[in-house]
Amino acid sequence: MVAFTVNGQRKEVSVDGNTPLLWVLREHLKLTGTKFGCGIASCGACTVHIDGKATRSCAMPVSLVEGKSITTIEGLSPDGSHPLQKAWIAEQVPQCGYCQSGQIMQAAELLASNKAPTRDQIVTHMDGNVCRCGTYLRIISAIQRAAREG
Amino acid sequence: MAASKPQVNRRVFLRETALGLTLALTIDPRAFLGEALAADAPFAANLWVTIAPDGVISIVSPPAEMGQGTFTALAAVLADELDADWAKVKIVHPPVWDEKTYGNPQFFNFLHTVASMATRGYFKPMRIAGAQARRVLLDAVAARWNVPVGELSTEPSVVVHQASSRRISYGEIASFAKAPAALPKIEDKDLKPSASFRYIGKDLPRVDLAGKVTGATTFGMDVQVPGMVYASVLHTPYQGGAPVTVDDAAARRVPGITDVVRLPDGVGVVGTSVEATHAARNLLKVTWSDAPAASYDSERALEEFAAIARDKSRAGLPYKPVGDAKAALAGAAKIVRGEYRTRYVCHAAMEPLNATASVSADGKSATIWAGTQSPTNVQSQIARLLQTERSNVTFHQHFLGGGFGRRGSEQDVVYDAVRLSKAVGKPVKVIWSREEDIAFGKFRPMTAHSIEAGLDAGGKLIAWHHRVVAESVFAYRQSSAVNTPPGTTNTVDSVVMFTTPLAHYAIPNKLPEFVVQPHHARLSTLRGVGVGHNAFAIESFIDELAKESGKDPIAFRLDISQGLPRVQTLLRTVAEMSDWTRKRDGTALGVAVQEKEDTLAAGVAEVSVDRASGRIKVHNFWAAIDAGIAVQPRNLAAQTEGGIVWGLGHVLREKITIKDGRVQQTNYTDYQVARMSDVPNIEVKVISTDHPPTGAGEDGVPLVAGAVGNAIATLTGVRLRELPFAPERVRAAFGA
Repeated sequence: MVAFTVNGQRKEVSVDGNTPLLWVLREHLKLTGTKFGCGIASCGACTVHIDGKATRSCAMPVSLVEGKSITTIEGLSPDGSHPLQKAWIAEQVPQCGYCQSGQIMQAAELLASNKAPTRDQIVTHMDGNVCRCGTYLRIISAIQRAAREG
Repeated sequence: MAASKPQVNRRVFLRETALGLTLALTIDPRAFLGEALAADAPFAANLWVTIAPDGVISIVSPPAEMGQGTFTALAAVLADELDADWAKVKIVHPPVWDEKTYGNPQFFNFLHTVASMATRGYFKPMRIAGAQARRVLLDAVAARWNVPVGELSTEPSVVVHQASSRRISYGEIASFAKAPAALPKIEDKDLKPSASFRYIGKDLPRVDLAGKVTGATTFGMDVQVPGMVYASVLHTPYQGGAPVTVDDAAARRVPGITDVVRLPDGVGVVGTSVEATHAARNLLKVTWSDAPAASYDSERALEEFAAIARDKSRAGLPYKPVGDAKAALAGAAKIVRGEYRTRYVCHAAMEPLNATASVSADGKSATIWAGTQSPTNVQSQIARLLQTERSNVTFHQHFLGGGFGRRGSEQDVVYDAVRLSKAVGKPVKVIWSREEDIAFGKFRPMTAHSIEAGLDAGGKLIAWHHRVVAESVFAYRQSSAVNTPPGTTNTVDSVVMFTTPLAHYAIPNKLPEFVVQPHHARLSTLRGVGVGHNAFAIESFIDELAKESGKDPIAFRLDISQGLPRVQTLLRTVAEMSDWTRKRDGTALGVAVQEKEDTLAAGVAEVSVDRASGRIKVHNFWAAIDAGIAVQPRNLAAQTEGGIVWGLGHVLREKITIKDGRVQQTNYTDYQVARMSDVPNIEVKVISTDHPPTGAGEDGVPLVAGAVGNAIATLTGVRLRELPFAPERVRAAFGA
């Protein structure tokens, strides 16, 4: 049994401690906003926050989040109103959209600690997140917009 | 409700619901159960619009939405002619996957989103459907108010009678309108003049994005079906292999594993969690039957392809030749030759392949949930697999986490899900690992090119002979249907040979020649298809010709595109965008043009090279694209920009190699796609014309390799002839 908080709600799951957090979230808790892309922390699609820190949930055994506070894309805002989500819509960032939960969660960690990142800082922070549709430049614009507009 | 006679082509059930309204120009799905579709029924463009009493307008949009934005764009086309208030529009997938009604008239009437054909094929039918629905509303008001229909006009979602100052909303009309006995026939003159477009050509927010930024969107992989179990599959590493011995002892010990099932081309592991099935799959020890593909070595084959390209005694299949290139070459004053090679590349969409299926106990019906490019193929292929009627296969479409050509013709993961569900008697969600997605991928062919051109005494380009050596995608598909090794084919594979006829250059004698060399890779259509590898060879060689002629690369292209104003406009546009004639310090510019079925684009790359490391950096990329009417210009630009990033991956690092029959790449770690740090500043100019839209999902891709290679040649004098331009190859080219 592992107990932790997800998006402000306490959860207890009865799974093997080695189960990747990604699958606990997606299939055991039915929070499917966090995505499976590679399984080896190489693409960023599975990014969530654990106690505020961006983490690749595919490579995080659930036993290690005992007692911790997890935020998924569903919990970033109640209604899509996080500045990044608004900026993502304003810039029309997503194409297929599959990588974008991870992109937004990764970006949210950046803005939480750096209110006005330079373009280089954005690229360095985001470079682990793959987008096969090639929306990278719009992601940069959206992060810059969210930083400006709040 | 009265049933129509079976031979009526348009089954229009205009029904009243308990809500008292619903001007429902929709097919009653019950009408299609158990009925065969008439083979010669014309396309009925009138089953597209449902209007609710609250004014919400549901518009059917047929294409698969995989990021290209067509789901929104086509609904906008219909909404424009309907004169709908866009804020009231809801877009839905077809209620029934009926090819007669919703199929693409320019793609065999299939429900199959491929080849950048959606906007191109549906533009006119959606306009007619919208205009027809509007006409039905006008007729209803004319009858109600007893006024001539010619005195009525519309504003978004409102019918107006100027003469009596009366207005009525579409929602109100829907509450009393009755279905006409026959739907009005719409002709070209009934369609809006382009000056009156409200939505076509104007950027609208895409309707699918809100869910994609909140995690609310249900992709195929997100499907949850009561009672479902999970499965992971290990497929044969090489084409034609089947499982011989299966040691599943360790796999079965993983808690939660319930079944291990042999498939014709693999082994499926079924269990109660994704993590269990993925872990168990990795513990399988399987031996595979031998097949010719088991010894395939793609690097050795590429050398073979290059030798064949050079060997003109090995004849190929001509593809849309013009004039007599061989004779013109024989008489040419100067001959120039060039050789190029490209490697296999992989779709590697962000969403690994997956499907969920529930097969009935008697094995004669199935429900399938997936994101696919082809509902037609899902239904017809699974019906054939189960030896049942198509109407017994129910398919639920989802947005795709990337398609890029992988999820249309090949429905392999759907086959896995159906076979496994049938075997275990429960709904099964199959999720391939990323490793499986690549290992059992189906690739863009590897190619070798030999181009020979002839110039006359005055330096004019008069002859062009382009030999392309590759496997045939068509032949692979035919052979894999019956699981035999591919043979040669006499049908020229247009997927491989696209753009080699050079419709965009005015050269009097052209001979594109496809020399099919069968081998053992699994193949498919991949974004850009043959234009991707062919434009690399063509545009590199055009620059070599320009250099031989002592001409500027853009000036040379303007020379050979005389009489082709669209090409000339594109060249001049990118020349201006890139400030082509300004000398750079430490970087150089390279240009490329691409043509795919009437869509044209040009691009300029600004590139630097670090000779010590062999690393290439693309600083800027300017592109211009002409795809006819730009239905959603910002979206079209986004597609082109994304295509440039895709093409950049092929230039920098992407490659699939096969050794001892096995794909050597495994994940994003060694199949290295473009990342944010690779991407240059990109500027795309969309040139919108009055020509009906010609499609734009794959453009940008083919520009990159030629433009970057040309920039490097200009900067360093070194011509790179092989993709990818991997650092070790670049270093070797500089003699480092």
